Parts: sequence; structure tokens; C-alpha cells
Amino acid sequence: MKRSPVRKIVLTGVGWLVALIFVAPYLQMFLTSLKTEHELTKSPGTYLPGHWQWSNFVDVWKAAPIWTNMRVSLVVAAVATVVTLACAMPAAYYTARNRFRGRGAFLLLVLVTQMFAPTALVIGIFREMVALNLTDTLLALILVNAAFNLPFCIWILHGYFSSIPKELEEAAFLDGAGRIGALFRVTLPISTPGVITAVVYTFISAWNEYIVALTVTASPNRQPLTVAIPSFVTQYQAHWQYLFATSLIAIVPVVILFVFIERYLIGGLTAGSVK
Amino acid sequence: MKRDAGLRPASRPSLLRRIGRALVPLLWLGPSIVLIAVVVLWPVIEMVRTSLLKISSSGVTLGNRGSANYTDLFDEDALIPVVLRTLLWVAAIVVVTMVLSLAVGQLLNARFPGRRIVRWAVIVPWAASVLMTALIWKWMLDNYSGLVNRVLLDLHVIDKPVNWLGHPHQAMIWMMWVAVFVSLPFTSFVILAGLQSIPSDVYEAARVDGAGAFRTYFGITLPLLRPAVLIASIINVINVFNSFPIIWAMTAGGPGHATDTTTTFMYKLAFYDQHVGESAAMAVVNFVLILVMVLVYLKATRWREEVR
Repeated sequence: MKRSPVRKIVLTGVGWLVALIFVAPYLQMFLTSLKTEHELTKSPGTYLPGHWQWSNFVDVWKAAPIWTNMRVSLVVAAVATVVTLACAMPAAYYTARNRFRGRGAFLLLVLVTQMFAPTALVIGIFREMVALNLTDTLLALILVNAAFNLPFCIWILHGYFSSIPKELEEAAFLDGAGRIGALFRVTLPISTPGVITAVVYTFISAWNEYIVALTVTASPNRQPLTVAIPSFVTQYQAHWQYLFATSLIAIVPVVILFVFIERYLIGGLTAGSVK
Repeated sequence: MKRDAGLRPASRPSLLRRIGRALVPLLWLGPSIVLIAVVVLWPVIEMVRTSLLKISSSGVTLGNRGSANYTDLFDEDALIPVVLRTLLWVAAIVVVTMVLSLAVGQLLNARFPGRRIVRWAVIVPWAASVLMTALIWKWMLDNYSGLVNRVLLDLHVIDKPVNWLGHPHQAMIWMMWVAVFVSLPFTSFVILAGLQSIPSDVYEAARVDGAGAFRTYFGITLPLLRPAVLIASIINVINVFNSFPIIWAMTAGGPGHATDTTTTFMYKLAFYDQHVGESAAMAVVNFVLILVMVLVYLKATRWREEVR
């Protein structure tokens, strides 16, 4: 490959342009969240806020119970992630290390499950939750998020565990670490990127889940942010500034989380997808 | 117990041990199997069952309907356009996403100052909720105060504000763009991961052989990216087919059914029209469609030779 300075300048220019395109809508979100409600009704719209209404970010907490919604989102995402990992890790490890009857069937089950999305099954999920008397509970949301993220986690972790040579673990085993000791001291540390990818992936998709929460929850204090946010703009009111202030409050922590794992992500995707 | 064990015939413990050994996998796989069975398979069965039942608007089962839900569904005037629109929606979004992400993946793999930050920027729509991304696009496309109209007015591309989401065709194109926009980050990163797994000596060899940039890309890079492209496009087909929040937030499938895809159509049948059985029938049809598309795709690309 040639490394001419022109090439570098063009690449840099294109790179920053692409970055701007990806961030632009969220920049617009930020600017909108700082406008007054009056300014938002102007036509045509303004580029920058005429008056930078920073107080929107304070008032929004009083305008709607978003603290409660945020807690719901957090509890659902966190517990679902723990449940998913607790189920996926042993399954992925065992299928990566052992050949046994039913292994193929299990991996096929995982693959098929990956083809089901909550959206396609929402009627069935809703009727099941009615039958189990679980409508309008956090448990329903936790179970659904845990189950539908399980296949991806098993797949990623399976790829990771398989890529670690068995001999490495056996060496630790012979050194007297014990089976479990070898697992915790050798295999898990090496597969950290895979585990982190699985954790963040599950957390974020549970944090952003919409259709099941929309269908299964009814009372405002059991609705996650995704369901609560659209109600800022209805037929009767249009608080776009609050809608986007809340959106930013929901988005920023997740973006930061994602940025932290960016390095692991590429390794995680390689092991999970190309394997 | 302990004393008895010594007196038993030799075959008994070995049988027990064999059963024991057969059960060990269950110990490791059990939690996953239970979770999948209860939360994924149960709704599948429930959905198929519901599609054959007569269900009142309050959710009470009133008895069997046989295939009547399916005949009702196929009698809907909106059905054929909705299915065709869904196929177009999936095909257009997946193709555009794959082509663009091959370019973005390549860019993210190239060396230039600030690459790190560009990678972070590309991640943002992936981390953000699709619903919220759809809402900001809806606001930017707003008839009166939207940014898109403002920019186009200032550039004199249009001379009066356009109600982008009010016209089905324009609305569909914008929503497809939003779907591409939210699919790009994941797909680009899969491509990037694929690019990084290509050993650099392959490129050395190509250079020694005097292959140009064009030939190197189509002769080496693209073929070696096949597994990544395959996986990414299958995941995209499934995701895009099942995409709900974009259309729900931006047009809710309206006006009428003019921008519905099968998922929003199905949702409206159940929760607006209260035809739960018919909606379940739509869900079953929807699933068969996904299955067929994925199988056709896998067959066409002969994936077994590539991945595995």
C-alpha cells in the first residue's frame, strides 16, 4: 500500500465526515433539548437555541417520573444480564470443551432461537404472561430480555472458549489448580474480551428493548425509559425538549460504556462470527 | 447406603454411572434449556395455538376457529401490499447497509489521525436506542420546525416546507434510511473484525505479484470477507424484518396501512383492532417468511462450505 500524504489527508477528511454523519442526529437531539418550548413551535425551525435553556435538564425530572423509569430500565437490564451470563457461561464452556450426545441438538436449538425476535413473538409472549399472571411485572421483562439475548451470548462465548487450547487448562490442572481453579485462573481471564462483549451486548439490548415493555407493562412506575419517553409528545402535548433531554440521559451512559469496550468488541465479534 | 453399595452386582453401579454421566451435560446446559423453553418456545407454541382460536377482545378464549383466522387474514385488502412492502424493506435496507458498511469497515481499518474517535462516533447509533434515534429523525423531518426542511429551504432545494412523513413514498424512503443508519454500526464492525483477521502476508504476496488496488480488493479482500459478510447479512435480514420501533415511532404505519410492514400490521391487528387470533396468524406467516428468506439466502450462498 502506498502511503502518500494526499491519501492520508483524504482519508482523514472522509473519516471525520463519516463521524459527523453518525453523530449529527444526536447533536441535533442535544440542541433541541436546550430550546424553549416556544422556540420549538417556530416555523421554520432554528439551528441553534435562541436562548440556551439549560434548566430543561433540571425541569424534566419534575415533568415526569423519569427517575422511576430509569430505575426500572437499570434493574431490568442489570438482572437480565446476570441471568443471561449465569445460563450462557456454563453452557458455552461445556459445549466448547466436551463432545457428548445432544451437543449438536443443543447448538442447533441455540441457532434456531437466535432467529426468533421478541417482535415476531410479542402476541405469544403477551398471552404467556397473562397465563402466568406476570403482566405488568419487572420479572416478565427480565425473563424476556435474558432469554432472547441468551443465544448470542452462548455463541460468542462458545467461540471464545473453543479458541483457547485445552492444553493450557490441563497444564494448570496438572499444576494442582483443580478443574474449577483452572477454569477461573486460566480460561476466564483469557476469555475476558468475549465475556465483556456478551455482558455489554446483553445490557444494551435490554436497556433499549421497546416492544415487549410496551406490550406487557401498563402502570407508569413499571415502565422502562423507552416506553416512558414517547409520552412526552402526544396528541395533547409536545414537550420535544423534555423528550430529547431524557433520551440523552438514557443514551450518554450507554455510549460511554460502549466506547470502553470498543477494543474488545472487535476481538469478540471475530471470535463469535467468523468461527 | 454405603454398606449396600459393596454388595451390589457389578453392573448396577456402572448403569447408574452411565445414567449419571448422561445427566452431567444437563447440569451445565439445564439453565439455558429451561430459559429458552419457557420464554421462547412457549410463546411460539402459544402463538400457533392462538392463531387457531377465537379470542374475545378482552383476551378470553371462546373456542376453536380452525383456519378461519388465516382466511380472515388473507381476505385483508392490506395484506398483499404489506407483505410486498416488507420484502422490499428488507431487501433494500440489507443491500444498502452491506454495501455502505464494506466502505465504512474499510475506512475504520485504514490508518489516519483520529481513527479512534471516528470509531467511537460510528458506535453511537448502535449504543443508542433505536426508538430514540427514530424519534430524533421524526423531529428533524417535522413539517413545521424540522431541521431537514430548514436546511433544504436555505439551500433553495425546496421552496416551501415538505411534510416528509405525510406522504407514504417519501416516508418509506426516510424510514429505510433510518433503518440503514442504525444497522450500519454493527455491520461495519463485523466487517472491520473480518478485515483484521486477514493476515497481512496475503497482501504482501499480492503486491509482489504486481496486483493493483482494484484487483487486490476484489480478488483477495472481498473473498476473504465472505464469512463476515454472510453472518452480518443474515443477522441484518432477521433484525430488519423484525424492526418495529422505527415505523412505529415515525408513522405508526399510517396513513392507513400505507407504510405498514408485517410487524406493525401484526401489532395493529392485535392491539388496535383486537383481532388477536388473526394477528397470531399474521405472526405465523411472518415467521415462515423469515425462515424462507434465511434458508434461500443460506442456500444461495452455500454457507456450509464457508462458515464451519
